[in-house]
Amino acid sequence: MHPETIATIVAASSPLVFAVLGETLTEKVGVVNLSLDGSMLLAAMVGFAIAFTTGSVELGFLAAALASSLVALIIVFTSIELRLNQIAIGLILTLLGTKLAAFLGQDFVRQVGPSVQARAIPYLEDIPYLGKIFFDHNPVVYASFLAIVLVYTFLFHTRHGLELQSSGERPEAAFAKGIPVNRLRYIYTALGGALVGIGGAAFSLDVKLGWSEGHIANFGWIALAIVIFGGWHPVRAALGCYIFGALQIIALRLQPELPGLSQVLPILPFPIMILTLVAVNHPLIRKIGLRSSVLGKIVRSDPPAALGRPFWRE
Amino acid sequence: MTLEIDKISKHFGNVYANNNVSLSIDSGEIHGLLGENGAGKSTLVKILSGFFEKEAGEIRLDGQLLDLSSPKDSINCGIGILHQEPMVFLPFSVLDNFLIGSTDQFLAPRKQALKQLQEICNKFDFELDPDAPVSLLTIGQRQQLEIARLLWLDPKVLIFDEPTNAISPVQREKLFTTIRQLAADGMLVIFVSHKLDEIAAICDSVTVLRKGEVAGSKELPCPESELIALMFGKLFPSKEIETPQKGGIQLTVSNLKSIEDRESIEVANFEIRQSEIVGIAGIEGAGQRTFLRAIAGRNSPESGTIISGRNLLDGTNYHQRLEKGLYYMPADRLGEGLISELTITEHIALVENKKRNQIIDWEMSYLRATELISHFQIQGTPESKAESLSGGNQQRLMFALMPTDADTILLEHPTRGLDIESADWIWNQLLDMRSDDCSIIFSSSDFEELLSYSDKIIVCFAGRIVGEFEKSEFNPAHIASLMSGSQI
Amino acid sequence: MTYLKKMFVSNMSVMSAFCAITISLMLAILLLWFSGAPPIETGKLLLEGSLGNATRLSDTSMVWVPLALASASLIITFAAGLWNIGVEGQIIVGAIFASFVAREFDAPAPLLWGAMIMAGALGGMFWGGLTGLLRIKGKVNEIFGGLGLTFVATGIVIYLVIGPWKRAGIASTSGTAPFDSKAWFPTIMDLRVSPLAILLALAGLWLVYYLLKQSKFGLQLRATGINAIAASRLGVRTERNLMLAFLLGGVLAGIAGTVQVGAMHHKLVPSISGGYGYLAILVVLLGNYKSFRSGLISFFFAMIAVGSIQWQLRLDLHSSLGGVTQGILVLVVLVVMAIFTQYQRNQRI
Repeated sequence: MHPETIATIVAASSPLVFAVLGETLTEKVGVVNLSLDGSMLLAAMVGFAIAFTTGSVELGFLAAALASSLVALIIVFTSIELRLNQIAIGLILTLLGTKLAAFLGQDFVRQVGPSVQARAIPYLEDIPYLGKIFFDHNPVVYASFLAIVLVYTFLFHTRHGLELQSSGERPEAAFAKGIPVNRLRYIYTALGGALVGIGGAAFSLDVKLGWSEGHIANFGWIALAIVIFGGWHPVRAALGCYIFGALQIIALRLQPELPGLSQVLPILPFPIMILTLVAVNHPLIRKIGLRSSVLGKIVRSDPPAALGRPFWRE
Repeated sequence: MTLEIDKISKHFGNVYANNNVSLSIDSGEIHGLLGENGAGKSTLVKILSGFFEKEAGEIRLDGQLLDLSSPKDSINCGIGILHQEPMVFLPFSVLDNFLIGSTDQFLAPRKQALKQLQEICNKFDFELDPDAPVSLLTIGQRQQLEIARLLWLDPKVLIFDEPTNAISPVQREKLFTTIRQLAADGMLVIFVSHKLDEIAAICDSVTVLRKGEVAGSKELPCPESELIALMFGKLFPSKEIETPQKGGIQLTVSNLKSIEDRESIEVANFEIRQSEIVGIAGIEGAGQRTFLRAIAGRNSPESGTIISGRNLLDGTNYHQRLEKGLYYMPADRLGEGLISELTITEHIALVENKKRNQIIDWEMSYLRATELISHFQIQGTPESKAESLSGGNQQRLMFALMPTDADTILLEHPTRGLDIESADWIWNQLLDMRSDDCSIIFSSSDFEELLSYSDKIIVCFAGRIVGEFEKSEFNPAHIASLMSGSQI
Repeated sequence: MTYLKKMFVSNMSVMSAFCAITISLMLAILLLWFSGAPPIETGKLLLEGSLGNATRLSDTSMVWVPLALASASLIITFAAGLWNIGVEGQIIVGAIFASFVAREFDAPAPLLWGAMIMAGALGGMFWGGLTGLLRIKGKVNEIFGGLGLTFVATGIVIYLVIGPWKRAGIASTSGTAPFDSKAWFPTIMDLRVSPLAILLALAGLWLVYYLLKQSKFGLQLRATGINAIAASRLGVRTERNLMLAFLLGGVLAGIAGTVQVGAMHHKLVPSISGGYGYLAILVVLLGNYKSFRSGLISFFFAMIAVGSIQWQLRLDLHSSLGGVTQGILVLVVLVVMAIFTQYQRNQRI
């Protein structure tokens, strides 16, 4: 395949990569943030609006991250302190986020605003084949690469990462080991939400410039699906994003020959996700996953055991 | 180094789980904490581990007062607990489990941890593959992992909470060797158990808890009968019951092998007749729960044949057995017995299965509820939700919901947590049913209850039936020691 | 005092509900005010715009119908402890099946409507049943299963609209060709309101109410929803009941789909489900899973949806303001009630 095509796929998928990494972090610590479709839209709008008003793309990203983080905090706060159901609140916030974004963004519709400037990395961009794919982009895309590496390293190679995972897996045991489960849940839900916000802004400021109502339709649900498909593992999830991006590009190319395909393709992650979930729960696959530790790492797609279940020290 | 536990008290509701518990332990000694279920052992352990807050008393290490308000405090004070259920995270590797909660460094120091793990494993002869997912490890190995992790935290006190419940004899020996080595190295060790033989095997001294209080302390070795006397108090049956003639064989169980929630049971041969009451004695987890549930159809045995009356029960599920007259009353009243938010009337309506009518006649259910409330003397109204009833009344409700044609009744701990009046009332009901040709199998940790009401007592221990006593042969001390695993 | 007349409501919960509603209304008014909408004017326009004349009243009613049916669907599945998020997809598939009948069948009008209703019910039932299978046999949580199936349904409807069922010559996402007039549900005069649709919605709400209150099935569902293990011990066949709940929920949603194509759009469009499934979640959360209340709240939400058009036309406010209002109301009420509950809980300790 042409390196340009791959480069396009990688660039176009970068917003989703941020969102998926963020939600993976949140779900790993045990909280389910179902508001993604709404909070990403809100973040996209806020990002664009602030960038448009201040002229600064960086401020736009910051504002977007904050907005999305706030929404995520509502979910974890109402869950822990008020014992409200995370799913219910998440669904309400989806609708609210979508409508709020449309409402607050009305003055910014179809405006032309600042966008992230491309900046190829000298020397590295000249590497044959790989150079074009990885080093001829804008800072947001580079940041998405960095994010994958950072989140992976953080989750699996730092103390906090392991502690956060244990909080989502078995909060009682983690607490017995002195780990502040709820504090971690607050922190990493907010952080995850911030990443989701950056993903949203990456749309309006980079991949799909500007703002309009329903700007990034359904991408939040797609992100949630990819988190599952990725087995709550950042690298696998990122790969899922790229596969999805590839499917979109393929659809675009095939559009003239098979009209309607591009409408249907965004749907594809979901049957795949359902099939993944069914396969993963199938006794045969489970046996394989348990037997071998290497194969197990690839196949194992269990959600964090305490996902969505709040913890209180009773 | 000395650990002083001084007049610790805590209660739940209006029951004292720990009442003025005091004991003192020196390092280098293995001190046992012995008692049957409900004696207060696990409450004390949870207080020491920072999970529960004590209401009164002090804990001092070498004279210094310890503040154990959270598990983190407990860890910082140098107290390490090996829980009954190893606190491991199943999807993660052995090495990662070793790391979690054990280090303060930012970057997970895997190399360092690996070295530590290997050192400890070598010292105690553990065989643990650092990369293996913990889900593949046996309980014994998970325990070893937890011990290794605790040791890395350099504790001064190690508490082993019922560590031998789910491990093989070989693993048990391994564990004991490890514990002895730790004590020899100067660790202060507390070994909590209900098993007499193990306490006798490994401990230097023992404190016996009974009903939340310290019954006594002894240096070991000491005669087993003294420990049994401390554990169970006075042992003689307090009631004389008329025993009617037993009828034909109601239920036969052969070659049953079943395991549920890691509690296993193996029964070669079991029989109960009509009008017979069989009591199952045993410490919790000895297999009686799995046994009862296997008969009821609440779990799926690996093998076994169960015949009830003329019906072969194999292959039938719980609902089919319910229809055939088998009624199971679980110990967990609100968890499995009743539906917390539904009212008494709603429960009645739910189980009234006889009319194939899909529409509920609430008036009738209400009347029926009123009838049953009065007949079973339930303190509540037809509108009372199950969760608002006291334990005794919940039990009465479960009786009220029993189908009138039940002929085999399986009860887990029928009078646990109940006042004497309710307990007596329940037994009156059961004795009435027995007169009606019912067969009754019940499990209990209440010695008096077992001795008073059973026609036959079988003793469960570690997944097997280790003793069978007809009423004429009842020997309380013998039964008690079999329950605790001694081999007499 | 008969059992049927029992209405046990604690003082505390009435007061907290009242407080919650008041606070949320005040916040909504504040929000509107800040958006440049003078509160009194806004309120007036809302009432006028949704109930002011016959046309508007009928429009509101026609928004109410699918919302009420979707709410009914959610209530019956919630009773069993299930999150039937896939209700949106069930509406779509119901609409597809009903459209099929409308296009292919040649029959006298009343029969046609009956067939469309049954087809819609079948379609929704099929889709709900799939979600049920995924959950019971495949152990796939019904949230993700439902969500996934909704997107699959969306894909199917788009495919149909610009593919096999496209308008002659134009493949456009604006919909299929309109149905033959026989398939149009009858309306009152030249208003949009279809008595048949209203009847269906009322029937759906009543059915769910009746089932949960009076039927063995409903009681078993509630028991399963509270504690499936204890319910099973007491003799309830939990798996069978869960599946029936999915099927019944699907039927109700499917009928909503029929109403959408038969009474509202008279053709199949990609956005046939109109977000009613998701909005119904909010309705039911606010109505605390009660049928009568959800029916009322659905109507209130329908009023906001239709009335807010006036805000757009007369006050030059954005069309999404209605949705913002709906969302804020639900969120604030839930939060305030939870605060009260927490306060009560802390007092007890």
